[in-house]
Amino acid sequence: MTEMTPELIAEHGLTPEEYDRIVEALGGRAPNLTELGVFSVMWSEHCSYKSSRVWLKELHTTGAQVIQGPGENAGIIDIGDNQAVVFKMESHNHPSFIEPYQGAATGVGGIMRDVFTMGARPIANLNALRFGEPDHEKTRHLVSGVVEGIGGYGNCMGVPTVGGEVNFDASYNGNILVNAMCVGLAEADNIFYAAAGGVGNPVIYVGSRTGRDGIHGATMASAEFDDDSDEKRPTVQVGDPFAEKLLLEACLELMAGDAIIAIQDMGAAGLTSSSVEMADKGGVGFALDLDKVPQREANMTPYEMLLSESQERMLMVLKPGREDEARAIFEKWELNFAVVGVTTDTGRLVVSHQGEIVADMPLHALAHDAPIYERPWVPTPPPAALGAADVPAPDDIAGTLAQLVAAPDMASKRWVWEQYDHMVMGDTVQRPGGDAAVVRVHGTGKGLAMSVDVTPRYCKADPVMGGRQAIAECYRNITATGGQPLATTDCMNFGSPERPEIMGQFAGAVEGMAEACRVLDFPIVSGNVSFYNETKGEPILPTPAIGGVGLIPDIRHMMTAALKDEGDVLILIGEEHGHLGQSLYLREILGRADGAPPPVDLAAEKLNGGFVRALIWEGKINAAHDLSDGGLYVAAAEMAMAGNIGADLKTGEDDLPLHAALFGEDQARYLITAPSGGALDILVAAKKAGVPARLAGTVGGGELTVNGGLPISVQSLRNKHEHWLPDYMAG
Amino acid sequence: MKASVIVFPGSNCDRDIQVALRHSMGEEPQMVWHGDAEVPRSDLIVLPGGFSYGDYLRSGAIAANSPIMRDVVAKAGQGVPVLGICNGFQVLIESGLLPGALLRNAGMHFLCRDVGLRVENTGTVFTGHYEKGQIVTIPIAHHDGNYFADDATLERLEGEGRVAFRYCDSEGAAGEDANPNGSLNNIAGILNDGGSVLGMMPHPERLADPFLGGTDGKPMFDGLVEALS
Repeated sequence: MTEMTPELIAEHGLTPEEYDRIVEALGGRAPNLTELGVFSVMWSEHCSYKSSRVWLKELHTTGAQVIQGPGENAGIIDIGDNQAVVFKMESHNHPSFIEPYQGAATGVGGIMRDVFTMGARPIANLNALRFGEPDHEKTRHLVSGVVEGIGGYGNCMGVPTVGGEVNFDASYNGNILVNAMCVGLAEADNIFYAAAGGVGNPVIYVGSRTGRDGIHGATMASAEFDDDSDEKRPTVQVGDPFAEKLLLEACLELMAGDAIIAIQDMGAAGLTSSSVEMADKGGVGFALDLDKVPQREANMTPYEMLLSESQERMLMVLKPGREDEARAIFEKWELNFAVVGVTTDTGRLVVSHQGEIVADMPLHALAHDAPIYERPWVPTPPPAALGAADVPAPDDIAGTLAQLVAAPDMASKRWVWEQYDHMVMGDTVQRPGGDAAVVRVHGTGKGLAMSVDVTPRYCKADPVMGGRQAIAECYRNITATGGQPLATTDCMNFGSPERPEIMGQFAGAVEGMAEACRVLDFPIVSGNVSFYNETKGEPILPTPAIGGVGLIPDIRHMMTAALKDEGDVLILIGEEHGHLGQSLYLREILGRADGAPPPVDLAAEKLNGGFVRALIWEGKINAAHDLSDGGLYVAAAEMAMAGNIGADLKTGEDDLPLHAALFGEDQARYLITAPSGGALDILVAAKKAGVPARLAGTVGGGELTVNGGLPISVQSLRNKHEHWLPDYMAG
Repeated sequence: MKASVIVFPGSNCDRDIQVALRHSMGEEPQMVWHGDAEVPRSDLIVLPGGFSYGDYLRSGAIAANSPIMRDVVAKAGQGVPVLGICNGFQVLIESGLLPGALLRNAGMHFLCRDVGLRVENTGTVFTGHYEKGQIVTIPIAHHDGNYFADDATLERLEGEGRVAFRYCDSEGAAGEDANPNGSLNNIAGILNDGGSVLGMMPHPERLADPFLGGTDGKPMFDGLVEALS
């Protein structure tokens, strides 16, 4: 038997104290190598949330719309008519940096399995991608590989990739972020969970064979990067979207009947983690026979089989006697089907291989007794406020706008989303590029509005306000399409939790998110934490990406941002303070990242959002757009570019400097348009509701002007906006 | 009209074409599994888009050897109209029902976008509801749609009016700027010599519903129903 040396324990990412706990859990005996491997993945940060758990319980996760909150494969919300939306976002950061195509592809594959393992058909994919600065030597290669990987997997699955964001910042130079979100649709009365039940029931393995790929992926995701990261390439899994498409169809076919007691996909930590979760949640034991596991390679050890992260595999517990019925479905789809074990009443995971017991561990210890750390943390010091007077105005206002709409973060991402099939399934009623993507609920007149948002520079300066703002912006984006925001999923990307200032960022973001979710009735129902996003001690910007889902009750009232008709009137909703701290203008034009981010008034978000949504549902307006990066001027330009029609933008009557009025990023704001005859009614209604609103110009012509001056042609803005990314990628 | 949609492992536009046919037909098309030996009696057979067999080996190559394809080829020989969209077009080429090859897009990327098409031949059951020279907007979504054929084949296709659709700009010009994938002569769809088999890369079923942003694909299905009922 392998001797448990301090080196071996450290190689498994375990501390000496954690090792002592393992010995204790095993009743005083040392683990064998297989058991050490199993404990190491189950107790990894990735699987156990050991550093984040104490904070995550602060999040707001409940509401009348919630069927299932965090803790299952995905969150579930009720959209009426016995329809449930199942969704989650997850990171695949480290694998995507090492091997961008396969890392991103398997991230997409993994999140889709999380959704269809619950009985939902995936109907939309989104993603949040963050790369290093454009002129970093690796960025182009990473963008290219990640985008191709996402498309390669999602396109083959036939699930439309409808939205997301792509940003660039030097802090991601050595650690990109690939966050994939999947949204599925299930019947509310036919949802499947992971909790196994009964004794003597068959444990079934379906899907692809087990190989040696991805061993210790979960452990890799729980460590920082260094110069030797390339050596970790073998820990990146390889995806087979065709196998997953077959697995999806076979699972849904079986799920139409009642043979399944429990089902769980094999994601991080593969067979180990799925067995532990199913058995532990159901309060039973599992006896597994590894000789029965379909294998791709000869002579695999128990250690390798238990820790393999080969893709496109599922574990199920069936009702006894239903094996043949299930086998027939999987054989029709040409997939492996094997009875690999049985449920027991021992409360232990007992694994045999070639007639010998190779692991025998208490399930409770693997799942619940994972260490929980209250890591030391220090709050982020409050940033000094930055007044508009301390921010120089540009010489050329319109030229600055042209620069901003072509800045890497703001430029059109058409080059990316045209590589994703965003129309398959025939229900994409609002394609990528708008505030939120909208997918019709198949066969109905209802629509789901979906958006992914976060502003990492705000989170860095003030994590609490940044956390609030991420939720609020997602809420606004869904609202601007006519959606009632229902719930969110979060993908928390941070540096090392062992550093107090990083834990302070995490704690702050959680606090801000929790407040915003509570006030906006926009709970978090699923998510993922990704720590250790740093390379050689340089952490990424704190990036709590928020994926939101909202319901448009009648898609005939769906709204878009594009300006529509000559003579329409622009109306600005929300207060104007000309806040330039941490603004895009400050960063892109002045190369500065100082000041506080704009304050987020959650009551105003709720009030203003509700007002805009009601106008949309009543058919009173014909365009709506959320104001965020770049402020009023950029928002107006985006609406003009989308509609291919100009506008004269009017600033307010207060005495804000022009550049602050135009580029300030005050929150809780929308720019809307209405036919000229309807504008007065809207202003009166706003006044009555206590919603700040003012006339902000008129639609028409081929130029965007400000107060009648500063003309710039919409066509020239479009050219710059559309060309940056394709030109960069061709460079 | 009785229509059959062949479902291969990895087909993923089978439901989309089912919906489009249902709307025009007023009844359900039959969904036929690739492993079946025979296509039930049909007035129209459709090979849908997707990634049959994961596009492994070559797009459409494995599906072309599915059991059902023997009968599809036989029925096509008897004059039963066959429509292949995207991956279905690739399968038609691999099974020899249409000439030429579909190579990787010239830009080397998968491309999903609306494109302009010029209707070149309206004398078929598929295109009877379009006007000759009409410019329509239909989406593409493919990685391997770059139509290639040798000079003799190309000459024959052009000479016999067997190019059904050509990529074009909003003015109808079929120039290089309007060619999304490098196809020779901007070819987007071709017919067999009897005009009863159509293969096309664009997806008419994706724009046959006003909520999806257009209905230029709908005349194809309405026209098929009228011609084959």
